[in-house]
This record gives sequence, structure tokens and C-alpha cells, in this order.
Amino acid sequence: MARRADPISNSMKCVFPARSINEGFARMAVAAFVAQLDPPVSVLSDLKTAVSEAVTNCIVHAYRDADSKTDCPIYITAVCTAGGLLRITVRDKGKGIPDVALARTPLYTTDAEGERSGMGFTVMESFTDRLRVRSAVGKGTTVVLEKQVGR
Amino acid sequence: MNFSTEKSGDKLRLYLRGEIDHHNAADVRTRIDRILETELPGVFYFNLSGVTFCDSSGLGLVMGRMRKCAMQDTSLIVEAPSEAVMKILNIAGMDKLLRIERSNGNGKAS
Repeated sequence: MARRADPISNSMKCVFPARSINEGFARMAVAAFVAQLDPPVSVLSDLKTAVSEAVTNCIVHAYRDADSKTDCPIYITAVCTAGGLLRITVRDKGKGIPDVALARTPLYTTDAEGERSGMGFTVMESFTDRLRVRSAVGKGTTVVLEKQVGR
Repeated sequence: MNFSTEKSGDKLRLYLRGEIDHHNAADVRTRIDRILETELPGVFYFNLSGVTFCDSSGLGLVMGRMRKCAMQDTSLIVEAPSEAVMKILNIAGMDKLLRIERSNGNGKAS
């Protein structure tokens, strides 16, 4: 049989409104899914932090101008392969990022008065193996986080 | 997320407990600042031993209190961050900007 990429061994999806109370829910949901891979505590902690950053960005930035947060969905999918690679996608339908490279710059923030540190993307980058960001102004942003989790 | 405080002379120690994220940080920030303003301590020990989760919102919280303390001439000492919290602080280079005591500073307030 031809050599192929690791087959998808499991996946999950969840959708919730962009309310800050759901930041805790989102990271716990991903942590509960990842637990089946039996990761070390530090890896689980890193993943929770990265997910928290991605979801917070949706709430603080993507849907900043939205009137009613209940109409603002955040979609999370998590897929793990038989090889123990975890891929988490966090997607919103918010206002998008005009300059992704700038947004990813350490300490850059558009919300200084909200006491944001400007380190969200930097933390996501440091706490995962790979971070990809796709964004379209007026349409939304997709953040893909990858981390080797299985032992 | 919650906290308790302990006062001894002009030293104030604040024990923060729970998960620091964007949702929790806003409320706790206002409450901490109110205490800093009324107590006006000479040294503020920001004890993080009870923090079970921290993302960049926690970083914002620490950076903000650093500014706040500098403005009112209070010395800030961050105490007992866990490995995970330390990792976040290091990413932003806070280990170079802040006095961080890795051990729990119980009894050192005098």
C-alpha cells in the first residue's frame, strides 16, 4: 500500500458565541479532547494557553464592533492523527485582520487601554509547533495550531 | 478568580487564586488597583502561587500593575509563579523587567 499521511484517528467540533465567559469553556473542551492522547501536563497546559489566546482574539478583536455577541460564532475543530499530531482550528466570522504580519509582531496591540499585552500570537507561536493565520477583512479569521502531542 | 491580602507595616502581600484569562482579568484588575490606591504600600508582593492558569491576559495584568506601582512609588515583587506562569512571563522578557521571587515568600513580609 502506498505510504500516506497519518490517518485521522479522532476529531471534534464545537461552536459557541463570542462571550468572554466561554474562554474557559473553550480551553477545557480542547483539553478534554486532548486528554485521550495522554499528554504530559506541560503540553496540556501549553495547548490550553494557546487556545485561550486564539479564542480571546476572536472576542476582543474579531467581534469588537458587533452589537450582540450571541450572533458571533466561534468555531473550534480539533483533529488528532494516529501519529499523535494535534491540529486545532479556531475560526470566526469577524472583521478580519488587515495586516497579519503586523498583528503577529510581539507587543503589537490595537487595544492598549484594555490592558492587552500584545503577546497573543507570540504566545500561540511559542506554545505550539506551528501556527498559521489566514484572514480576510470583513469575512473573518482562521487560526490553525499544530502540536505533536502523542508520546 | 479571587484574592486575599496580608498587611505588615508598609508591605502588602496579595495572594491571587484561580485562572487568569481575559474574562477574569478585568474585574480583578480594578479590585487590585483599588487596594493599591487605598493602602499605598511601600512594597507590593504579588503572590501568584495560587494561579492555576495564565495566558497573555495575565501578562497584561502584571505589566499593568508594574506601571501602576511605578506611578505611586511602590516596589513590586512578583512571588512564586508556577512553571507555566513563569513561561508566559519569560516570553515577554518580564524576568528582566521585574523582580521575581520563585519561592513562596511566606514570613518574609517583615
